[in-house]
Amino acid sequence: MAEDLRPAALPTLRLLTCGSVDDGKSTLIGRLLFEQQLIFDDQLSALKRDSKKHGTTGEDIDFALLVDGLEAEREQGITIDVAYRYFATPARSFVVADTPGHEQYTRNMATGASNADLAVILVDARKGLLTQTFRHSYIVSLLGIRHVVLAINKIDLVDFDESTFRAIAASFMEFAKPLGFRSIAPIPISARFGDNVSARSERTPWFEGPHLLHHLERIQVDEDRRLAPFRFPVQWVNRPHLDFRGFAGTIASGQVKAGDDIVVASSGRLSKVTRVISADGDAEEAGAGEAVTLAIADEIDIARGDVLTHPDNRPEVADQFAAHVIWMSEEPLLPGRSYLMKIGAKTTPAAVTELRHRIDVNTLDKLAGKTLSLNEVGFCNLATTMPIAFDPYADNRETGAFILIDRSTNETAAAGMIAHGLRRATNVHRQDLSVSREARARLKHQRPAVLWFTGLSGAGKSVIANLVEAQLHARGAHTLMLDGDNVRHGLNKDLGFTAVDRVENIRRVGEVARLMTDAGLIVLCSFISPFRAERALVRDLAAPSEFLEIFVDAPLATVIARDPKGLYKRALAGEIKNFTGVDQPYESPENADIVLKSALETPDALASQVIGELEARGFITRL
Amino acid sequence: MSASLPPHLRRLESEAIHIMREVVAEFSAPVMLYSIGKDSSAMLHVALKAFHPAPPPFPFLHVDTTWKFREMIGFRDATAKRLGLNLIVHVNQDGVARGISPVASGSALHTQVMKTEGLRQALDTGKFDAAFGGARRDEEKSRAKERIFSHRSAAHAWDPRNQRPELWRLFNTRIRAGESMRVFPLSNWTELDVWEYVRAEQIPVVPLYFAKERPVVERDGTLIMVDDDRFPLLPGEKPQMRRVRFRTLGCYPLTGAIESDAETLDEVIDEMRASTTSERQGRLIDQDETGSMEKKKREGYF
Repeated sequence: MAEDLRPAALPTLRLLTCGSVDDGKSTLIGRLLFEQQLIFDDQLSALKRDSKKHGTTGEDIDFALLVDGLEAEREQGITIDVAYRYFATPARSFVVADTPGHEQYTRNMATGASNADLAVILVDARKGLLTQTFRHSYIVSLLGIRHVVLAINKIDLVDFDESTFRAIAASFMEFAKPLGFRSIAPIPISARFGDNVSARSERTPWFEGPHLLHHLERIQVDEDRRLAPFRFPVQWVNRPHLDFRGFAGTIASGQVKAGDDIVVASSGRLSKVTRVISADGDAEEAGAGEAVTLAIADEIDIARGDVLTHPDNRPEVADQFAAHVIWMSEEPLLPGRSYLMKIGAKTTPAAVTELRHRIDVNTLDKLAGKTLSLNEVGFCNLATTMPIAFDPYADNRETGAFILIDRSTNETAAAGMIAHGLRRATNVHRQDLSVSREARARLKHQRPAVLWFTGLSGAGKSVIANLVEAQLHARGAHTLMLDGDNVRHGLNKDLGFTAVDRVENIRRVGEVARLMTDAGLIVLCSFISPFRAERALVRDLAAPSEFLEIFVDAPLATVIARDPKGLYKRALAGEIKNFTGVDQPYESPENADIVLKSALETPDALASQVIGELEARGFITRL
Repeated sequence: MSASLPPHLRRLESEAIHIMREVVAEFSAPVMLYSIGKDSSAMLHVALKAFHPAPPPFPFLHVDTTWKFREMIGFRDATAKRLGLNLIVHVNQDGVARGISPVASGSALHTQVMKTEGLRQALDTGKFDAAFGGARRDEEKSRAKERIFSHRSAAHAWDPRNQRPELWRLFNTRIRAGESMRVFPLSNWTELDVWEYVRAEQIPVVPLYFAKERPVVERDGTLIMVDDDRFPLLPGEKPQMRRVRFRTLGCYPLTGAIESDAETLDEVIDEMRASTTSERQGRLIDQDETGSMEKKKREGYF
């Protein structure tokens, strides 16, 4: 049997390289692969061909071309995405995430950093520490990397000068003090000529440290996740037949064995692990990073997204917390908008309730701000619709990390790292009321409901809603009308019409509507509410099955012709900004509960249609 | 979680299991592409472990170009039978009717019609919303940047400029109706990892990976095995018996053999460690031009 190249003692090292276009990052990786004879003959001949076509190194091989994968990158000579490279030396195997360094690619760098244990930060010896060095170091630290190599590159271009190297290293040490790195290794290198890359250079006799590869082969990225508290996010419930129920997942941290007491973090229900199952037979115990299936003693309610832990060391459970957020979408963050948060195996609606400050990634200054744009970092308060189990990211990178997903485009809008739970959630206990909402509604002989009329200005929302309310009132139903214009005169008079303010306007109305349904009322809400995400938000606020989205559907041409308030005329003339249908989009409902074609039918007929639906769905009794 | 595996393989296996479970938990109709090669064999093996004691809760799909090595087809059918797999075999009948073949049509058109279009047909027919593939990032440069969960439009197209960032192990699995996800559980494996895993777990693979006397002809420096009588011989050309094996498997007229004496897994692994060429070197379809894989992938190739 052939011997394995890699000793068992040191696990794979996952590293990130950061530096800007001219720092020689891709060249360094190409050089490492080349010197380990990890470039195959056919790849080398393609490389020589490409070097002549796109290269920047004259007659020499341009190693950067080996790493820059996508065609667009080869043409522009930049790295625009994250590339992963794999190589092994006799001492260790490596996964290298190669990420771009420009500020507009902060999200790619964060992506590469999220799974790395060590960062190689390149600086150009001629230029010393630049703004980008600060940015790279901050992001690396924010994503929880605790070991860095400061590769001072192009040392050949400063004549292998020791004092230049020492000065750069010293100023980096000073700057990095607050960033919490456990090890910083400055190394003078020349990626292009190979000095101190995988062998000691004779041209830097004054440098006493190890060369780069030697350092990478031996460094212990010591955080032993097996020693951390046990966390097991349930990924999938395995129930092939009635006699077996197992909970499949990957152990985020800690260890588990048969006989351990466990608790479901969110519900507090207790049980005991009976088996640690794998396809190779039951295991004595299993630890962090291993994908296993647990069987437990009791038939308690456990679903995908629940977190199992030991009872004596539980995670926090809260529905409000503070977190660092890196914005990754072209669409800016809108505080109050409902996003989907994925944390562990749980996905739940969540909103940023407050942007506490933005962070200038170049200076680390805290800035005021209302929103975050692509590649910006902020410190935010967030709220979820149900409590979630988590640990601070600084304690646990698995259970403290989340992503936010845009509900309409499905893009990954942001990455987040939880700092701490907010006490507000634990102090302000919801009052358990002795008269229930059902009891109040019963007295009124109706089921509470939110009738949410959405559509363009002038589509007929308010007219129809008024007719519906009049008919309901005549039948003895208890109702309340919330109308866009009226609400803006009082409750929301501090809000304007920007996207941010529209979101907050709708959120407040949604909260009021919920209180009114608690009172047992049928609430009619008439709001343009142009964004799908906000309508999803108010639907989430309401009790399930009590929310009806009613789309008052009229073509834009029709409402412009009607123009009852003369608003379209002014908007089209540029006198009103942010006007839905003119210079702001209206996102039509995809699955409205009721669609009213207001260009084809009279308001009375449409109101009767709504009443019929309410009868059919049992909100009111048929006459 | 096999205790006997070395740590780096155990970690890769756990990661692949995690990815497969995530797909089963979040998608309504997943399918696993099964291409019969060593990567598919490793991926299938992981799938058997991931859902134990349940069987893999999805069907397997082979897009058959009708030009695979006969030994591959025999191995495929025997594997499906031995493991009781729900195996779907799809052939692009339209392509067959048009007489598309690697010999008559050339590798580019054959691949486009019989593999890429055949795959799209099969995915549309089965209404699959997630398809596992055995591709690895170390295979090729454009693969190195593809996500583990790789989004496809309703037309199966890949947009490399507009990929979702993929952080930690938090995979964004959300798609709209009609769209789908290609999922690559072996993304972070290398060719060596796959062979070491096959050896450690004693996973059966097609015997074509091991050296044997086989009938081959030499074309432009590439050894092509004459697997049946559809292969047109040039005037005076006669297949010779040479001791060869294959590093990758595909359509036999498009797959180059290498001369080798490696008859066992140990010998194959030793030979690969000493090798100075990459595995895709034997694949004629990649050599059209640099960037050709990225082009094919944008159009829906796996």
